[in-house]
Amino acid sequence: MAAGHNPLEQFQIKTLLPIEAGGYDISFTNSSVFMVTTVAVITVFMLAGARKKALVPGRWQSMVEMSYEAIAGMIRDTVGSGGKKYFPFIFSLFMFVLIANLSGMVPYTFTVTSHIAVTFALAAVVFFGVTIIGFAKHGLGYLKLFAPSGVPLPVLFLLVPIEIISYLMRPISLSVRLFANMMAGHVMLKVFAGFVISLGAILVPLGIFPLAFMVALTGLEVLVAVLQAYIFSILTCIYLNDAIHLH
Amino acid sequence: MPRMRQFSTAALVLTGFFAVAAGQAAHAAEGGLPQLDLTRFPPQLFWLAVTFLLLYLLMSKLALPQVSDILRTREEKIAGDLSRADQLNREADAALKGYEQALAEARAKATEIAAQTRATIQADADARQAEAEARLSAQAAEAEASIRATRDQALSQVREIATDTAVAVVARLLGAQPDGASIDQAVGEELSRRGVK
Repeated sequence: MAAGHNPLEQFQIKTLLPIEAGGYDISFTNSSVFMVTTVAVITVFMLAGARKKALVPGRWQSMVEMSYEAIAGMIRDTVGSGGKKYFPFIFSLFMFVLIANLSGMVPYTFTVTSHIAVTFALAAVVFFGVTIIGFAKHGLGYLKLFAPSGVPLPVLFLLVPIEIISYLMRPISLSVRLFANMMAGHVMLKVFAGFVISLGAILVPLGIFPLAFMVALTGLEVLVAVLQAYIFSILTCIYLNDAIHLH
Repeated sequence: MPRMRQFSTAALVLTGFFAVAAGQAAHAAEGGLPQLDLTRFPPQLFWLAVTFLLLYLLMSKLALPQVSDILRTREEKIAGDLSRADQLNREADAALKGYEQALAEARAKATEIAAQTRATIQADADARQAEAEARLSAQAAEAEASIRATRDQALSQVREIATDTAVAVVARLLGAQPDGASIDQAVGEELSRRGVK
């Protein structure tokens, strides 16, 4: 099979500008390009959209305000007023994942969030952040998270290990969910794009079927891109709520 | 059932696609998932840290305060407008109440003035009527007095005329001059018998 048809080739990280610091490879890669692009897009969207500070917002400013209010509302609903402090972080997280996912849908781009290194790093920040907040707020009382009140003692022996394991699994499930969704979607698109060529080579009209499927799949992938960004940030909110309010 | 057959054919074709896709993916994975290449982790993590931190700073220091500023300004403007509208409404209510009160006062005053005017006119009319009545009754009394005087005068002359007439009648009948004094006496008796003085 030709290298161009390899559906995993799109995930290859290519060094564009080799940089090394302290023995570590911190080269500027195609992944870095799209991280910078994502940040640039979000910044331009947010700053230019709200630049006019119109009392009656135009379309762009409305979009900026809607994204602000969507995340603010999400935090208010799941965490309550205690979550206000973490709004900038969760907003940045949501926008970063969302724009990284969506920009990956543009042909010839690279999907930053299709890499477990990126999603796991984000999930780890959430995990350690939430754990630190929990211990800072409740001290050792935060461990009560693993032992819900009103549960009989024998059940606790079973429940506490399960709770601890599920707590420790959080960063893994959070990161794998996003990475696997992104990767699977892009592999599917690539494979079906390959079918358009290979079936079309046999008989041109045959190529229409995988092409039609690809159009539908692209719509689905855009939905997945938005949905996964939402899931990532709402789970962060839920974990944060656990840390702030316990159960 | 041709539709059923169509459907199962489509399902078969799709399954075939997926099988080939899975095969391709598995084949490609033999070279290793690029995602699991640990040597490519440090650059990703470094640039993620740099870009995400930059994004966090840009959002928390610049973008989000700007948006919250816009939203707060709008909220304040709306609240201010609402309270101003409320105040204007209250003022309008007060003005309406004042107007109604003034109207009621004016109406009361008008009624009073009308009543006064009516009373004045009535009094004036009454006075004039009384005056006219007095004048008329005075005139009537005067007329009555004059009539009475005339009648009295006429009556006082009745005896003289009757006496003269009787004298003339007797003189013609008898052809001789009667005694005036006896006729006068007879007339007087007759008149007093008929109730005429």
